[in-house]
This record gives sequence, structure tokens and C-alpha cells, in this order.
Amino acid sequence: MNNPLLKIENLHASIEGKEILKGIDLTLDCGQVHAIMGPNGSGKSTLANVLAGREGYEITAGRAWYRGRDLLAMAPEERAREGVFLAFQYPVEIPGVSNIYFLKAALNAIRKHRGEPEVDAMDFILLVKEKMKTMRMDEQFLYRAINEGFSGGEKKRNEILQMMVLEPTLCLLDEIDSGLDIDALKVVAEGIETLRSPNRGFLMVTHYQRLLDYVRPDVVHVFADGRIVKSGGPELARELEKKGYGWIERYLEDRA
Amino acid sequence: MTQTAERPGYRRHTESLAAQEPAWLAGIRRQALEKFERGGFPSPREEAWKYTNVSAIERKRFTIAAEPGGIDGEHIRSLLLPECWHLVLIDGHFQRDLSHPALAGDVVLCDLGAARLRHPELLAENLGRAVDVDHGFLDFNTALFHGGALIRLKPGTRLPHPIQILHLQTQAAAIPTRHLMVLEAGAEATVIESYTGGEGGLTAHVTEVLLGENARLRHFKIQEEHARAHHFGGLYVRQSAGSDFTQTQFALGGFLSRSEIHVRLAENCRATLDGLHWADGRRHLDSHTRLIHAGPHGVSRETYKTIAEERGRSVFQGRIVVEPGAQKTDAAMNNRNLLLSDDAEVDSKPQLEIYADDVKCAHGVTIGQLDPDALFYLETRGIDAEAARQLLLYGFVNELIEAVEVEPLRRYLHGRLDRRFQAIDLEENP
Ligand SMILES: Nc1ncnc2c1ncn2[C@@H]1O[C@H](COP(=O)(O)OP(=O)(O)OP(=O)(O)O)[C@@H](O)[C@H]1O
Ligand SMILES: [Mg+2]
Repeated sequence: MNNPLLKIENLHASIEGKEILKGIDLTLDCGQVHAIMGPNGSGKSTLANVLAGREGYEITAGRAWYRGRDLLAMAPEERAREGVFLAFQYPVEIPGVSNIYFLKAALNAIRKHRGEPEVDAMDFILLVKEKMKTMRMDEQFLYRAINEGFSGGEKKRNEILQMMVLEPTLCLLDEIDSGLDIDALKVVAEGIETLRSPNRGFLMVTHYQRLLDYVRPDVVHVFADGRIVKSGGPELARELEKKGYGWIERYLEDRA
Repeated sequence: MTQTAERPGYRRHTESLAAQEPAWLAGIRRQALEKFERGGFPSPREEAWKYTNVSAIERKRFTIAAEPGGIDGEHIRSLLLPECWHLVLIDGHFQRDLSHPALAGDVVLCDLGAARLRHPELLAENLGRAVDVDHGFLDFNTALFHGGALIRLKPGTRLPHPIQILHLQTQAAAIPTRHLMVLEAGAEATVIESYTGGEGGLTAHVTEVLLGENARLRHFKIQEEHARAHHFGGLYVRQSAGSDFTQTQFALGGFLSRSEIHVRLAENCRATLDGLHWADGRRHLDSHTRLIHAGPHGVSRETYKTIAEERGRSVFQGRIVVEPGAQKTDAAMNNRNLLLSDDAEVDSKPQLEIYADDVKCAHGVTIGQLDPDALFYLETRGIDAEAARQLLLYGFVNELIEAVEVEPLRRYLHGRLDRRFQAIDLEENP
């Protein structure tokens, strides 16, 4: 198949009548890591959410293709079962449902979709515990309610744990590095690196160069006001870190 | 009120009870009956009964269940929790062969018939002491209760097993029952009251609890009566200094059900009221709670959760009263309602009455649907919309079940409720 993993064409999206995405074009091939950077409020999370299927957005123009299929026509759970994963900027707490039950239900939903049998209970426990070791997570997190009372960093590690268990094909990571201490950042980056493969692609929203030191991107996009205003190699991120976003404002003013 | 119409055999019933009882009790009964004959059941014009109209009960003119209905031993055993002491009431009538009474010693656990013979002084001294409200259901109960339990723990006694009192309704009749629980200083017990049955009768129950200093009672109420049943259950608790009372209520059944919980805390007391209303079908569930902080340094916590779906209706009234001397009171009340259909209804009325100045009182009510962010989160993990919905609901309920310290009761509740979640696989409890 020559289809790119993800192809976004002229995507416009608005929420409550307000246009947030103003024409996004982006092509991500299998095996690639793309980073998205850009000022607060520029629409980075909106893009990730639209790709994962969150309700409430109106797609006013444009398309998105996932392995040649019309991504935006799919229900969110169908996208997940087909291999799209969103690590949330703010993972949600769900009281009363344990992490381990959730992980298993999710894995089985995906396996069922693929025509595979349910995972064996013992195999599952072993698998999860092994991944938790990589993520330096204590086993007690399995028996706690989903994200409930987790610290910011623990929530982010839990997102990566889910990603490692579900083994998605397209990983959308929204500020996976925010709220992490230096060691946790390393652990999370390692988790991402173990999943990096020629059969998988990553779209990572981040504000900081540090994550990109560990997970080296193939392409860096700069977002501003609902558009990609510049794309380049890893050096673009370093340039941003030095110069800040001031030049973007000037760039936008020039356009206006 | 002027509903003086004759009641179906109530006077005869009261008289036949009074004939076997000491004069003090007979007197109380006759007095209560007269009051009931004048006033009847509460009217919706009374503020406390505004949201729960019981005129249907008035109209039905239930006769009293004079005899227990036929029983199916197998069925009853399925309702009895393992590792508990049991006391079984069928239509309010004590079933000796299904119960484990203890008649004397540090622990008294017996039916009211035995209590009248063996412990008349306990009854005379304590009956009615914890009740500080006055309305038709109490008059009705006092005039007519025939069965019930007496639990008395001597100072420092700790029950090794929970007590389960099973109330089984088998006929469409009125079933007035009454329990009296006296825990003396430092005593500890766990009591589970379960209400079940297959008929549209009227449960009209009163439990009185007297806690001595530093005593501790964990009380559970599981109400899963028939979809045509009417239920009134009053719980009146008087705490002495340093005592700890908790109640967890699962209101799952009945057609019209009203629970009334009145707790009076003394100095350094702790009271915790938790509950779940699951108002589905055409069920009307009402919990009317009042916590009175009568002494300083009391702590109360109240969390009521509601699921209102289909044409169900849930009413929660939570009153916290802090009396003038009750400084350093720390009270928090929370009522969370999930309103899941257009035809369902939720009424929630928190009320704080604070007459002391150095207190901490917090209350919160939420009424809403399932959290869309949480639904989306689950869906992005491959869980379909209906399963995601049920998983969130399950979490809402499961939080309360998992907080139950009595393992066999936890298992029972899972057995009862897990099957309502058809779209998720709960073979292994999450
Ligand atoms: N429900 C909503 N209603 C109105 N405006 C919204 C809504 N959700 C998002 N927005 C707006 O859309 C814009 C883009 O938000 P988005 O969360 O995508 O930004 P972001 O680039 O991820 O920012 P950050 O770096 O702070 O995470 C913001 O101006 C935000 O206020
Ligand atoms: Mg964002």
C-alpha cells in the first residue's frame, strides 16, 4: 500500500460557530514522527481531538484519510479499533472502574474487531506487568480507579501504558510531556521509543524541545491561529526554542 | 386533616396486640391509633412530604398482614448472606427456624415477641426514645407493629459477625415492623436490613438506634421490593458522645419508597450517610435525611447518588442542623444525580440550618448526564458508545458497592446489580 498513514487536506473545523482550524494540510507516512508546536490556543488539541473523533466540532471543509480511509466518517471507537490512539492532554478520571478492567476491556474490544479471541487472563496480566515495568509504574495502579487521584505525571504515564498495551498504528500524543518531572519525561520518552517502528506513526503535540531530544521527530510543524505556518526538520524546534513565537505574530501580521 | 373513615380492622388489630402487652405499651398503641385515625398518612401539603405524595397509600387501605404468607425455603436461603447471623421476618412475622436468636448474655438478638417476655425493661426504657419526629407513618407503626428485632449489646461487646434482618413481603397487605438497637458504651456491630418480596404491599417500618458512648454501628439497608410495593422506612438514631454511626442505603426497588433518616449527634460523634437511588421504570424513591449536630466537634459526611432513568423519580432532602452549642462541627453533604431520560425527574433539596458560628458546613448538588469527556475517553480506547455509557454508570454504582466493608454483602450486591450492565463483561469485577 502506498497510502500515507495519515493525510489531512485543507481541514477546517469550528466549534460553536467559531473557526478553530483554518485549513490544515499534513501528510504523515508510516514510520514517521511529526511534532506539532505552537502557541497556546492555536488549535493543536483541536486537531488531535478532531482526528480522534470528539463530538462538538463542525468540519466545514477538508478531509482526513487514515490509510486511505475516510477517517472523519468513522465513529471514535471504530477509529480506535482500526489503530488510532489519542493520549489526552488532560486524561479523564473515571471513578469506580479499575485501570486493569479498563485496559482489558479496551484490548478485547480491539481484538474482537480484528477477529481475534479474547486475551487470556494470565497472559494479559503478564503483558501489562511487563509494560508497567518499562513505565516504572507500581502494580497498585492496576487496581485503582482510572486516573482517579493520579498525579499529573502518573496520568501521563498511564496514557503511555495504555498505548503500549493497545499497540495502535497512529499515535496522537497531546502534550504527553506536560507536567512530567525530568525522570518521568525520560521514562515516557522511552515508552514512546519502544513503540517506534516502521509500521507506526506519531503525531506529537509539544511545547518543549526536551521531549524531542529523546524522541527525535522527522518533521516539525509550527501551528498558529489554526494553520501550519511553517514545517521543517528537527532544527526548526531548536530554532523556536531560541526565538520564541514572536516571529509568528509578525508573520501573521504580514499575511493580514 | 379530617380523614376519620374507619380503617380496615386496625382498631381490632391494635386491641389484640395490646391485650398481650404490658399497660405502658398498650397505652402507647391506643394513643397512636387514635392519632392515626384522626390524621391518617401525611399529606403532600406538609413541607416534608411535598415531593412524595402518599395519598395512593391512603386510598389503598391496606389490611394488616395478620399471618405470614407461604414460604419457599430455597428462595429465602438465596437471600440470606453467608457469614452473618440472621433474623427473618415474613410479612413482619418472625421465622424462628430461619433465624439465629441469642436470648441472653452480652448480646441479645431476638424478635420482639421474645423481647416482651425476656427483656420487658429494655423495651420499656428505650422504645420511642430515639424518635423525635411525628407523623402518620410513625403513629401507624406504633399502633400496629407486630414483628421486629431487639438488638442489645452490653458495654464493650463487639459482634464477630454482621446481623442480617431479612424482611420478606409475600402479600399485598400492610406490614408494620419495628427494630430497637441498643449498643451500650464501646459496643460495635454491623446490621444489614434487607427488604424484598414479590407483592405490592406496604412496608411500614421503624428502626430505632441508641448508641452509647464510643459505640459504633455500621448499618446497611438494601431495599429491593417488588415494582408495585410501597415502602416507608424510618431510621432514628440517637448518638452519645464519641460514637460512630454509618449507614449505606441501596434503594433499588418498590413503586413508591420513602426512607427517612434522622440522626442526632452528641459531642465528638461521627455520622456517615451514603446512599444510592436507582429510580428506573416508574419507581419513585425518596430519601429524607436530617443530621442534627447537638454537641461540639461532630463530623458528618453524607453522599447520596442517584440514577434516574425511564420514568423514574428521585427525591433527596438533606437537612443539616447545627445547634447553638455545636461549635467545631464539620459537616459535608453531597448529592450527585444522573438524569438519564427526558421522562425521569430529580428533586434535590439540601438545607443547612446553622446556629453556631465556628463550624464548617459544605454541601453540593449536581444534576446532569454522563460526562461526555469520560465517554469520549472510553471510546478512544475502542469501547463502543453503549458499553462506554454502561461502564460509567457501573463505576458510579460500583464506587458505593466497593466501599461496603462486608464482603458477602458486596458479593450479593454485585450479584444483583452487575447483570443490569448487559453491554459490558463483568465476569471479573472491575
Ligand atoms: N468548546 C469550546 N468552545 C469555544 N472555544 C473553544 C472550545 N474548545 C476550544 N476552544 C478554543 O479553540 C482554540 C484552540 O484550542 P486548543 O485547545 O486546540 O488549543 P491548543 O493549541 O491545544 O492550546 P494549548 O497549547 O494551550 O493546549 C482556543 O482559543 C480555545 O479557547
Ligand atoms: Mg492543547
